[in-house]
Amino acid sequence: MLCDLCGKNQATVHLTEIIDNQITELHLCEECARAKSMEMEQQFGLADLLAGLAEFGKGVEEVESSKIKCPNCGLSYDEFKKIGKLGCSQCYNAFRRYLSSLLKKIHGSNKHVGKFPMKVASGLDKEKKPLLEELRQKLQRAIEREEFEEAAKIRDQIRELEKKQNKDETG
Amino acid sequence: MKLDDLLQHSSEWLKGTGPYSDIVISSRVRLARNLNNIPFPHRMNKKQAREVLDTVRLAVEKVDFLKNSLFLELQQLDNLDKQFLIERHLISYEHARPDNQRGLVLEENEVISIMVNEEDHLRMQVMQSGFNLQEALNIINQIDDSLSQHLDFAFSPDWGYLTSCPTNTGTGLRGSVMLHLPALVMTRQINRVLSAIAKLSFTTRGLYGEGTEASGNFFQVSNQVSLGHNEEEIISNLNALIKQVVEQEEQTRQHLLTHQRVMLEDKIWRSFGILKSAFVISSQETIELLSMLRLGVDLKIIKGVDRSVINRLFLITQPAHLQKLENKRLSSQERDTKRAEIIRKTLESVG
Repeated sequence: MLCDLCGKNQATVHLTEIIDNQITELHLCEECARAKSMEMEQQFGLADLLAGLAEFGKGVEEVESSKIKCPNCGLSYDEFKKIGKLGCSQCYNAFRRYLSSLLKKIHGSNKHVGKFPMKVASGLDKEKKPLLEELRQKLQRAIEREEFEEAAKIRDQIRELEKKQNKDETG
Repeated sequence: MKLDDLLQHSSEWLKGTGPYSDIVISSRVRLARNLNNIPFPHRMNKKQAREVLDTVRLAVEKVDFLKNSLFLELQQLDNLDKQFLIERHLISYEHARPDNQRGLVLEENEVISIMVNEEDHLRMQVMQSGFNLQEALNIINQIDDSLSQHLDFAFSPDWGYLTSCPTNTGTGLRGSVMLHLPALVMTRQINRVLSAIAKLSFTTRGLYGEGTEASGNFFQVSNQVSLGHNEEEIISNLNALIKQVVEQEEQTRQHLLTHQRVMLEDKIWRSFGILKSAFVISSQETIELLSMLRLGVDLKIIKGVDRSVINRLFLITQPAHLQKLENKRLSSQERDTKRAEIIRKTLESVG
Protein backbone atom coordinates (compact mmCIF):
# COMPACT_ATOMS: atom_id res chain seq x y z
CA MET A 1 0.00 0.00 0.00
CA LEU A 2 1.32 3.45 -0.91
CA CYS A 3 1.32 6.52 1.28
CA ASP A 4 -1.87 8.63 1.03
CA LEU A 5 0.10 11.87 1.14
CA CYS A 6 3.08 11.42 -1.17
CA GLY A 7 1.88 8.39 -3.06
CA LYS A 8 5.49 7.27 -3.47
CA ASN A 9 6.61 5.26 -0.48
CA GLN A 10 5.16 2.22 1.25
CA ALA A 11 2.71 3.21 3.98
CA THR A 12 3.84 1.88 7.32
CA VAL A 13 1.85 4.11 9.69
CA HIS A 14 -1.88 3.37 9.70
CA LEU A 15 -4.32 5.66 11.42
CA THR A 16 -8.03 5.29 12.00
CA GLU A 17 -10.11 8.36 12.72
CA ILE A 18 -13.71 8.36 13.86
CA ILE A 19 -15.52 11.62 13.15
CA ASP A 20 -19.34 11.80 13.34
CA ASN A 21 -19.54 8.02 13.38
CA GLN A 22 -17.63 7.89 10.10
CA ILE A 23 -14.49 5.83 10.08
CA THR A 24 -11.72 7.28 7.96
CA GLU A 25 -8.41 5.59 7.51
CA LEU A 26 -5.14 7.26 6.69
CA HIS A 27 -2.06 5.37 5.53
CA LEU A 28 1.25 7.18 5.63
CA CYS A 29 4.88 6.42 4.99
CA GLU A 30 7.39 6.95 7.79
CA GLU A 31 8.63 10.18 6.25
CA CYS A 32 5.23 11.85 5.78
CA ALA A 33 4.10 10.73 9.21
CA ARG A 34 7.18 12.30 10.71
CA ALA A 35 6.75 15.49 8.68
CA LYS A 36 3.14 15.64 9.76
CA SER A 37 4.05 15.22 13.38
CA MET A 38 6.71 17.90 13.10
CA GLU A 39 4.10 20.35 11.89
CA MET A 40 2.30 19.78 15.11
CA GLU A 41 5.32 19.77 17.38
CA GLN A 42 7.44 22.89 17.38
CA GLN A 43 10.34 21.54 19.39
CA PHE A 44 11.27 18.00 18.62
CA GLY A 45 13.32 16.01 21.03
CA LEU A 46 13.04 12.27 20.68
CA ALA A 47 10.13 12.14 23.10
CA ASP A 48 8.37 14.98 21.29
CA LEU A 49 8.79 13.36 17.94
CA LEU A 50 7.43 10.07 19.15
CA ALA A 51 4.68 11.65 21.18
CA GLY A 52 3.74 13.75 18.14
CA LEU A 53 3.41 10.59 16.12
CA ALA A 54 1.28 9.03 18.79
CA GLU A 55 -1.02 12.01 18.78
CA PHE A 56 -1.43 12.61 15.08
CA GLY A 57 -4.62 11.41 13.44
CA LYS A 58 -6.74 11.48 16.54
CA GLY A 59 -9.93 13.52 16.57
CA VAL A 60 -10.06 16.98 18.10
CA GLU A 61 -11.57 15.58 21.25
CA GLU A 62 -8.66 13.27 21.76
CA VAL A 63 -6.05 15.93 21.12
CA GLU A 64 -7.65 17.97 23.86
CA SER A 65 -7.55 15.00 26.13
CA SER A 66 -3.78 15.17 25.93
CA LYS A 67 -4.39 17.66 28.72
CA ILE A 68 -5.40 14.71 30.86
CA LYS A 69 -3.59 14.39 34.13
CA CYS A 70 -2.50 11.37 36.07
CA PRO A 71 -4.91 11.10 39.02
CA ASN A 72 -2.11 9.81 41.28
CA CYS A 73 0.79 12.23 40.75
CA GLY A 74 -0.81 15.05 38.74
CA LEU A 75 1.55 14.89 35.75
CA SER A 76 -0.17 15.98 32.53
CA TYR A 77 0.51 14.35 29.19
CA ASP A 78 1.85 17.67 27.89
CA GLU A 79 4.37 17.80 30.73
CA PHE A 80 5.39 14.23 29.99
CA LYS A 81 6.08 15.20 26.39
CA LYS A 82 8.30 18.03 27.55
CA ILE A 83 10.42 16.08 30.04
CA GLY A 84 10.19 12.62 28.46
CA LYS A 85 9.68 10.96 31.84
CA LEU A 86 6.52 9.58 33.43
CA GLY A 87 5.61 10.72 36.94
CA CYS A 88 4.59 7.45 38.59
CA SER A 89 3.37 3.94 37.79
CA GLN A 90 -0.22 5.19 37.49
CA CYS A 91 0.74 7.49 34.61
CA TYR A 92 0.98 4.40 32.43
CA ASN A 93 -2.73 3.86 32.99
CA ALA A 94 -3.73 7.48 32.63
CA PHE A 95 -1.89 7.90 29.30
CA ARG A 96 -2.49 4.34 28.17
CA ARG A 97 -3.72 4.98 24.65
CA TYR A 98 -0.88 7.38 23.84
CA LEU A 99 1.83 5.30 25.41
CA SER A 100 0.81 2.17 23.58
CA SER A 101 1.97 3.50 20.23
CA LEU A 102 4.88 5.41 21.74
CA LEU A 103 6.28 2.22 23.26
CA LYS A 104 5.88 0.50 19.94
CA LYS A 105 7.84 3.29 18.25
CA ILE A 106 10.65 3.05 20.79
CA HIS A 107 10.95 -0.70 21.16
CA GLY A 108 9.31 -2.06 18.00
CA SER A 109 6.80 -3.79 20.25
CA ASN A 110 4.37 -2.92 23.00
CA LYS A 111 3.98 -6.35 24.49
CA HIS A 112 6.01 -7.47 27.48
CA VAL A 113 7.24 -11.03 27.13
CA GLY A 114 9.82 -11.02 29.91
CA LYS A 115 9.62 -12.04 33.53
CA PHE A 116 6.83 -11.29 35.99
CA PRO A 117 7.34 -10.39 39.64
CA MET A 118 6.95 -13.60 41.62
CA LYS A 119 3.93 -12.31 43.50
CA VAL A 120 2.13 -11.43 40.28
CA ALA A 121 3.11 -14.65 38.50
CA SER A 122 1.83 -16.88 41.29
CA GLY A 123 -1.44 -14.94 41.56
CA LEU A 124 -2.08 -15.11 37.85
CA ASP A 125 -3.80 -18.49 37.68
CA LYS A 126 -6.40 -17.42 40.19
CA GLU A 127 -7.04 -14.18 38.37
CA LYS A 128 -7.35 -15.55 34.88
CA LYS A 129 -11.11 -16.06 34.74
CA PRO A 130 -12.10 -12.67 36.24
CA LEU A 131 -9.61 -10.99 33.89
CA LEU A 132 -11.33 -12.59 30.92
CA GLU A 133 -14.70 -11.45 32.22
CA GLU A 134 -13.42 -7.93 32.65
CA LEU A 135 -12.02 -7.89 29.12
CA ARG A 136 -15.34 -9.01 27.68
CA GLN A 137 -17.10 -6.16 29.43
CA LYS A 138 -14.46 -3.74 28.21
CA LEU A 139 -14.99 -5.02 24.67
CA GLN A 140 -18.73 -4.46 24.95
CA ARG A 141 -18.20 -0.91 26.15
CA ALA A 142 -15.71 -0.16 23.41
CA ILE A 143 -18.15 -1.38 20.76
CA GLU A 144 -20.90 0.76 22.25
CA ARG A 145 -18.62 3.76 22.04
CA GLU A 146 -17.70 2.72 18.50
CA GLU A 147 -14.01 2.73 19.35
CA PHE A 148 -13.26 -0.04 16.94
CA GLU A 149 -9.51 0.18 17.02
CA GLU A 150 -9.57 -0.27 20.78
CA ALA A 151 -12.18 -3.02 20.44
CA ALA A 152 -10.03 -4.97 18.02
CA LYS A 153 -7.14 -4.85 20.48
CA ILE A 154 -9.30 -6.14 23.33
CA ARG A 155 -10.65 -8.89 21.08
CA ASP A 156 -7.10 -10.03 20.36
CA GLN A 157 -6.26 -10.01 24.06
CA ILE A 158 -9.31 -12.17 24.78
CA ARG A 159 -8.37 -14.64 22.05
CA GLU A 160 -4.85 -14.91 23.35
CA LEU A 161 -6.01 -15.45 26.89
CA GLU A 162 -8.53 -18.09 25.84
CA LYS A 163 -5.89 -19.89 23.83
CA LYS A 164 -3.58 -19.91 26.83
CA GLN A 165 -6.30 -21.21 29.13
CA ASN A 166 -7.28 -23.98 26.73
CA LYS A 167 -3.68 -25.02 26.50
CA ASP A 168 -3.33 -25.02 30.29
CA GLU A 169 -6.50 -27.05 30.74
CA THR A 170 -5.73 -29.65 28.09
CA GLY A 171 -2.03 -29.82 28.85
CA MET B 1 32.35 -2.91 56.09
CA LYS B 2 33.07 0.79 55.62
CA LEU B 3 33.36 2.76 52.42
CA ASP B 4 37.10 3.28 52.88
CA ASP B 5 37.67 -0.49 53.05
CA LEU B 6 37.01 -0.56 49.32
CA LEU B 7 40.21 1.39 48.74
CA GLN B 8 42.32 -1.58 49.81
CA HIS B 9 41.14 -3.93 47.12
CA SER B 10 40.27 -3.72 43.46
CA SER B 11 36.70 -4.09 42.32
CA GLU B 12 35.72 -7.65 41.46
CA TRP B 13 35.19 -6.74 37.82
CA LEU B 14 38.78 -5.53 37.48
CA LYS B 15 40.27 -8.93 38.25
CA GLY B 16 41.22 -9.22 34.59
CA THR B 17 39.96 -12.79 34.41
CA GLY B 18 37.00 -14.47 32.77
CA PRO B 19 36.21 -15.36 29.17
CA TYR B 20 37.82 -13.14 26.50
CA SER B 21 39.35 -10.94 29.18
CA ASP B 22 42.04 -9.82 26.73
CA ILE B 23 39.38 -7.76 24.94
CA VAL B 24 36.35 -7.69 27.22
CA ILE B 25 37.05 -5.83 30.46
CA SER B 26 33.74 -6.39 32.19
CA SER B 27 30.10 -7.34 31.76
CA ARG B 28 27.26 -5.62 33.53
CA VAL B 29 23.53 -6.20 33.77
CA ARG B 30 21.14 -3.74 35.36
CA LEU B 31 17.44 -3.84 36.14
CA ALA B 32 15.23 -0.80 36.66
CA ARG B 33 12.44 -1.24 39.19
CA ASN B 34 9.95 1.09 40.85
CA LEU B 35 7.57 0.90 43.75
CA ASN B 36 3.89 1.02 42.95
CA ASN B 37 2.09 4.37 43.15
CA ILE B 38 4.93 6.36 44.73
CA PRO B 39 6.02 9.11 42.31
CA PHE B 40 9.24 8.39 40.42
CA PRO B 41 12.37 10.07 41.87
CA HIS B 42 12.21 13.20 39.70
CA ARG B 43 8.66 13.91 40.95
CA MET B 44 8.79 12.92 44.59
CA ASN B 45 8.91 15.05 47.72
CA LYS B 46 11.30 14.55 50.63
CA LYS B 47 8.88 12.45 52.60
CA GLN B 48 8.31 10.07 49.70
CA ALA B 49 12.04 9.84 49.02
CA ARG B 50 12.59 8.91 52.65
CA GLU B 51 9.81 6.34 52.45
CA VAL B 52 11.46 4.67 49.46
CA LEU B 53 14.87 4.63 51.13
CA ASP B 54 13.45 3.06 54.31
CA THR B 55 11.29 0.54 52.46
CA VAL B 56 14.19 -0.61 50.29
CA ARG B 57 16.51 -0.78 53.29
CA LEU B 58 14.09 -3.06 55.14
CA ALA B 59 13.68 -5.31 52.11
CA VAL B 60 17.44 -5.52 51.56
CA GLU B 61 17.94 -6.67 55.16
CA LYS B 62 15.70 -9.65 54.46
CA VAL B 63 17.68 -10.83 51.44
CA ASP B 64 20.40 -13.37 52.15
CA PHE B 65 22.65 -12.28 49.28
CA LEU B 66 22.80 -8.77 50.64
CA LYS B 67 23.32 -9.64 54.30
CA ASN B 68 26.81 -8.16 54.42
CA SER B 69 26.06 -5.20 52.27
CA LEU B 70 26.57 -1.56 53.06
CA PHE B 71 23.64 0.87 52.93
CA LEU B 72 24.91 4.36 52.16
CA GLU B 73 22.93 7.57 52.10
CA LEU B 74 24.50 9.78 49.48
CA GLN B 75 23.59 12.97 51.37
CA GLN B 76 25.95 11.94 54.13
CA LEU B 77 28.90 11.56 51.78
CA ASP B 78 31.19 14.37 50.69
CA ASN B 79 31.96 15.06 47.05
CA LEU B 80 35.20 13.12 47.18
CA ASP B 81 33.44 9.95 48.31
CA LYS B 82 30.82 10.38 45.61
CA GLN B 83 33.52 10.84 42.96
CA PHE B 84 35.23 7.74 44.38
CA LEU B 85 32.03 5.72 43.85
CA ILE B 86 31.68 7.04 40.29
CA GLU B 87 35.25 6.01 39.51
CA ARG B 88 34.42 2.49 40.72
CA HIS B 89 31.30 2.42 38.49
CA LEU B 90 29.08 2.00 41.54
CA ILE B 91 27.02 5.12 40.99
CA SER B 92 26.23 7.34 38.00
CA TYR B 93 27.01 11.03 37.66
CA GLU B 94 23.31 11.70 38.05
CA HIS B 95 23.25 9.82 41.35
CA ALA B 96 25.98 12.08 42.75
CA ARG B 97 23.79 15.17 42.40
CA PRO B 98 22.73 16.64 45.75
CA ASP B 99 19.13 17.39 44.73
CA ASN B 100 17.46 14.40 46.32
CA GLN B 101 17.70 11.80 49.06
CA ARG B 102 19.53 8.99 47.35
CA GLY B 103 20.90 5.69 48.56
CA LEU B 104 23.34 2.99 47.57
CA VAL B 105 23.30 -0.66 48.56
CA LEU B 106 26.74 -2.13 48.13
CA GLU B 107 27.64 -5.79 48.45
CA GLU B 108 31.15 -6.30 49.80
CA ASN B 109 32.74 -7.65 46.62
CA GLU B 110 31.18 -4.83 44.61
CA VAL B 111 29.55 -7.41 42.36
CA ILE B 112 26.06 -6.32 43.37
CA SER B 113 24.99 -2.74 43.91
CA ILE B 114 21.64 -0.97 43.98
CA MET B 115 21.16 2.73 43.44
CA VAL B 116 18.07 3.93 45.28
CA ASN B 117 16.22 6.99 43.94
CA GLU B 118 18.31 7.49 40.84
CA GLU B 119 16.16 7.80 37.69
CA ASP B 120 14.07 4.92 39.04
CA HIS B 121 13.44 3.90 42.64
CA LEU B 122 15.80 0.97 42.23
CA ARG B 123 18.60 0.45 39.75
CA MET B 124 20.22 -2.89 40.55
CA GLN B 125 23.45 -3.82 38.87
CA VAL B 126 25.68 -6.88 38.74
CA MET B 127 29.23 -6.62 37.42
CA GLN B 128 31.42 -9.48 36.23
CA SER B 129 35.00 -9.57 35.04
CA GLY B 130 35.45 -10.54 31.39
CA PHE B 131 32.72 -11.60 28.97
CA ASN B 132 30.13 -13.03 31.32
CA LEU B 133 26.71 -11.52 30.73
CA GLN B 134 24.87 -14.75 31.38
CA GLU B 135 26.29 -15.13 34.88
CA ALA B 136 25.49 -11.48 35.62
CA LEU B 137 21.91 -12.10 34.47
CA ASN B 138 21.60 -15.19 36.68
CA ILE B 139 22.75 -13.30 39.75
CA ILE B 140 20.58 -10.27 39.15
CA ASN B 141 17.52 -12.46 38.55
CA GLN B 142 17.96 -14.04 41.97
CA ILE B 143 18.28 -10.68 43.67
CA ASP B 144 15.29 -9.32 41.79
CA ASP B 145 13.21 -12.37 42.75
CA SER B 146 14.18 -12.09 46.39
CA LEU B 147 13.49 -8.37 46.58
CA SER B 148 10.19 -8.74 44.73
CA GLN B 149 8.87 -10.80 47.63
CA HIS B 150 9.32 -7.87 49.96
CA LEU B 151 8.68 -4.96 47.62
CA ASP B 152 5.62 -4.10 45.59
CA PHE B 153 7.13 -3.45 42.15
CA ALA B 154 5.23 -1.37 39.62
CA PHE B 155 4.28 -3.84 36.91
CA SER B 156 1.69 -4.27 34.19
CA PRO B 157 1.09 -7.64 32.50
CA ASP B 158 1.01 -5.87 29.11
CA TRP B 159 3.98 -3.58 29.48
CA GLY B 160 6.08 -5.24 32.13
CA TYR B 161 8.04 -3.25 34.68
CA LEU B 162 7.01 0.40 34.64
CA THR B 163 9.91 2.81 34.59
CA SER B 164 10.38 6.55 34.77
CA CYS B 165 11.56 6.75 31.16
CA PRO B 166 9.60 4.77 28.54
CA THR B 167 12.89 3.70 26.96
CA ASN B 168 13.37 1.27 29.88
CA THR B 169 9.82 -0.06 30.14
CA GLY B 170 9.29 -3.80 29.90
CA THR B 171 12.15 -5.85 31.24
CA GLY B 172 13.90 -2.75 32.62
CA LEU B 173 17.03 -4.58 31.59
CA ARG B 174 20.22 -3.17 30.18
CA GLY B 175 23.21 -5.37 29.51
CA SER B 176 26.52 -3.61 28.87
CA VAL B 177 29.93 -4.85 27.99
CA MET B 178 33.12 -2.82 28.37
CA LEU B 179 35.43 -3.48 25.43
CA HIS B 180 39.06 -2.61 24.84
CA LEU B 181 39.47 -2.12 21.09
CA PRO B 182 42.90 -0.58 20.44
CA ALA B 183 43.56 -2.40 17.16
CA LEU B 184 40.26 -1.31 15.61
CA VAL B 185 41.00 2.27 16.68
CA MET B 186 44.59 2.18 15.40
CA THR B 187 43.53 0.89 11.99
CA ARG B 188 40.67 3.44 11.83
CA GLN B 189 38.04 0.75 11.49
CA ILE B 190 36.30 1.65 14.71
CA ASN B 191 33.75 4.04 13.18
CA ARG B 192 32.59 1.37 10.79
CA VAL B 193 32.12 -1.02 13.70
CA LEU B 194 30.36 1.56 15.87
CA SER B 195 27.92 2.54 13.13
CA ALA B 196 27.11 -1.12 12.50
CA ILE B 197 26.38 -1.48 16.22
CA ALA B 198 24.07 1.55 16.11
CA LYS B 199 22.18 0.18 13.10
CA LEU B 200 21.36 -2.95 15.08
CA SER B 201 19.81 -0.74 17.79
CA PHE B 202 22.57 -1.14 20.30
CA THR B 203 24.38 1.86 21.76
CA THR B 204 27.99 2.70 22.44
CA ARG B 205 29.11 4.88 25.32
CA GLY B 206 32.32 5.89 27.01
CA LEU B 207 33.94 4.59 30.18
CA TYR B 208 31.48 6.10 32.64
CA GLY B 209 28.20 5.44 30.88
CA GLU B 210 25.60 7.78 29.52
CA GLY B 211 26.89 11.04 28.07
CA THR B 212 30.58 10.24 28.44
CA GLU B 213 33.10 10.06 25.63
CA ALA B 214 35.07 7.01 24.73
CA SER B 215 38.67 7.36 25.80
CA GLY B 216 41.77 5.19 25.71
CA ASN B 217 40.15 2.77 23.28
CA PHE B 218 37.46 1.73 25.76
CA PHE B 219 33.87 1.35 24.61
CA GLN B 220 30.74 0.32 26.43
CA VAL B 221 28.16 -1.44 24.27
CA SER B 222 24.60 -2.02 25.48
CA ASN B 223 21.12 -2.96 24.28
CA GLN B 224 18.57 -0.23 23.68
CA VAL B 225 15.35 -2.20 23.40
CA SER B 226 13.82 -3.47 26.64
CA LEU B 227 10.29 -4.43 25.56
CA GLY B 228 9.08 -7.21 23.26
CA HIS B 229 11.97 -9.55 24.00
CA ASN B 230 12.52 -11.50 27.17
CA GLU B 231 15.61 -11.13 29.33
CA GLU B 232 17.41 -14.15 27.85
CA GLU B 233 16.82 -12.98 24.29
CA ILE B 234 18.12 -9.50 25.02
CA ILE B 235 21.26 -10.90 26.58
CA SER B 236 21.85 -13.51 23.90
CA ASN B 237 21.43 -10.89 21.14
CA LEU B 238 23.96 -8.69 22.87
CA ASN B 239 26.22 -11.71 23.35
CA ALA B 240 26.13 -12.51 19.64
CA LEU B 241 26.94 -8.93 18.72
CA ILE B 242 29.82 -8.68 21.18
CA LYS B 243 31.29 -11.95 19.90
CA GLN B 244 31.51 -10.45 16.43
CA VAL B 245 33.14 -7.28 17.65
CA VAL B 246 35.62 -9.31 19.69
CA GLU B 247 36.42 -11.40 16.63
CA GLN B 248 37.06 -8.28 14.54
CA GLU B 249 39.38 -6.87 17.18
CA GLU B 250 41.19 -10.20 17.43
CA GLN B 251 41.69 -10.45 13.66
CA THR B 252 42.90 -6.88 13.47
CA ARG B 253 45.39 -7.50 16.29
CA GLN B 254 46.70 -10.53 14.39
CA HIS B 255 46.91 -8.48 11.21
CA LEU B 256 48.95 -5.81 12.98
CA LEU B 257 51.25 -8.47 14.47
CA THR B 258 51.95 -9.96 11.08
CA HIS B 259 52.11 -6.89 8.89
CA GLN B 260 53.05 -3.99 11.15
CA ARG B 261 54.85 -5.61 14.03
CA VAL B 262 57.60 -3.02 14.32
CA MET B 263 55.18 -0.10 14.42
CA LEU B 264 53.08 -1.95 16.99
CA GLU B 265 55.99 -2.90 19.25
CA ASP B 266 57.34 0.63 19.02
CA LYS B 267 54.04 2.09 20.21
CA ILE B 268 53.76 -0.40 23.06
CA TRP B 269 57.34 -0.13 24.32
CA ARG B 270 57.30 3.68 24.11
CA SER B 271 54.12 3.73 26.20
CA PHE B 272 55.68 1.37 28.73
CA GLY B 273 58.77 3.57 28.77
CA ILE B 274 56.85 6.76 29.53
CA LEU B 275 54.79 5.08 32.24
CA LYS B 276 57.98 3.78 33.90
CA SER B 277 59.85 7.07 33.78
CA ALA B 278 57.39 9.98 33.87
CA PHE B 279 57.34 12.36 36.84
CA VAL B 280 54.20 14.23 35.80
CA ILE B 281 51.28 12.58 34.01
CA SER B 282 47.62 13.54 33.41
CA SER B 283 44.79 11.07 33.81
CA GLN B 284 43.97 11.22 30.10
CA GLU B 285 47.56 10.36 29.12
CA THR B 286 47.56 7.60 31.73
CA ILE B 287 44.48 5.96 30.24
CA GLU B 288 45.96 6.12 26.74
CA LEU B 289 49.34 4.70 27.76
CA LEU B 290 47.89 2.01 30.02
CA SER B 291 45.68 1.00 27.11
CA MET B 292 48.83 0.38 25.02
CA LEU B 293 50.54 -1.43 27.90
CA ARG B 294 47.52 -3.67 28.24
CA LEU B 295 47.62 -4.45 24.54
CA GLY B 296 51.32 -5.33 24.90
CA VAL B 297 50.50 -7.74 27.72
CA ASP B 298 47.53 -9.24 25.85
CA LEU B 299 49.76 -9.89 22.81
CA LYS B 300 52.57 -11.22 25.03
CA ILE B 301 54.92 -8.56 23.71
CA ILE B 302 55.42 -7.45 27.31
CA LYS B 303 55.84 -10.22 29.82
CA GLY B 304 55.90 -10.12 33.58
CA VAL B 305 53.11 -7.61 34.05
CA ASP B 306 49.82 -9.05 35.19
CA ARG B 307 46.58 -7.76 33.72
CA SER B 308 45.17 -7.22 37.21
CA VAL B 309 48.10 -4.87 37.98
CA ILE B 310 47.22 -2.72 34.97
CA ASN B 311 43.55 -2.78 35.91
CA ARG B 312 44.37 -1.66 39.43
CA LEU B 313 46.47 1.20 38.01
CA PHE B 314 43.51 2.29 35.89
CA LEU B 315 41.45 2.41 39.06
CA ILE B 316 43.75 4.04 41.59
CA THR B 317 45.19 6.72 39.30
CA GLN B 318 41.81 8.40 39.04
CA PRO B 319 41.48 11.73 40.91
CA ALA B 320 39.29 10.67 43.85
CA HIS B 321 41.24 7.43 44.36
CA LEU B 322 44.55 9.30 44.47
CA GLN B 323 43.20 11.69 47.08
CA LYS B 324 41.71 8.91 49.20
CA LEU B 325 45.03 7.05 49.07
CA GLU B 326 46.91 10.16 50.15
CA ASN B 327 44.19 10.98 52.62
CA LYS B 328 44.19 14.65 51.64
CA ARG B 329 43.00 17.06 48.98
CA LEU B 330 45.38 17.36 46.04
CA SER B 331 45.43 20.04 43.39
CA SER B 332 45.42 18.97 39.79
CA GLN B 333 49.22 19.43 39.53
CA GLU B 334 49.82 17.53 42.76
CA ARG B 335 47.69 14.70 41.44
CA ASP B 336 49.66 14.51 38.20
CA THR B 337 52.87 14.14 40.20
CA LYS B 338 51.40 11.63 42.64
CA ARG B 339 49.93 9.63 39.78
CA ALA B 340 53.27 9.37 38.00
CA GLU B 341 54.92 8.29 41.25
CA ILE B 342 52.44 5.47 41.90
CA ILE B 343 52.75 4.20 38.33
CA ARG B 344 56.57 4.31 38.44
CA LYS B 345 56.71 2.43 41.72
CA THR B 346 54.22 -0.19 40.57
CA LEU B 347 56.03 -0.87 37.30
CA GLU B 348 59.59 -0.59 38.70
CA SER B 349 59.76 -4.20 39.73
CA VAL B 350 58.64 -5.58 36.37
CA GLY B 351 59.82 -5.59 32.74
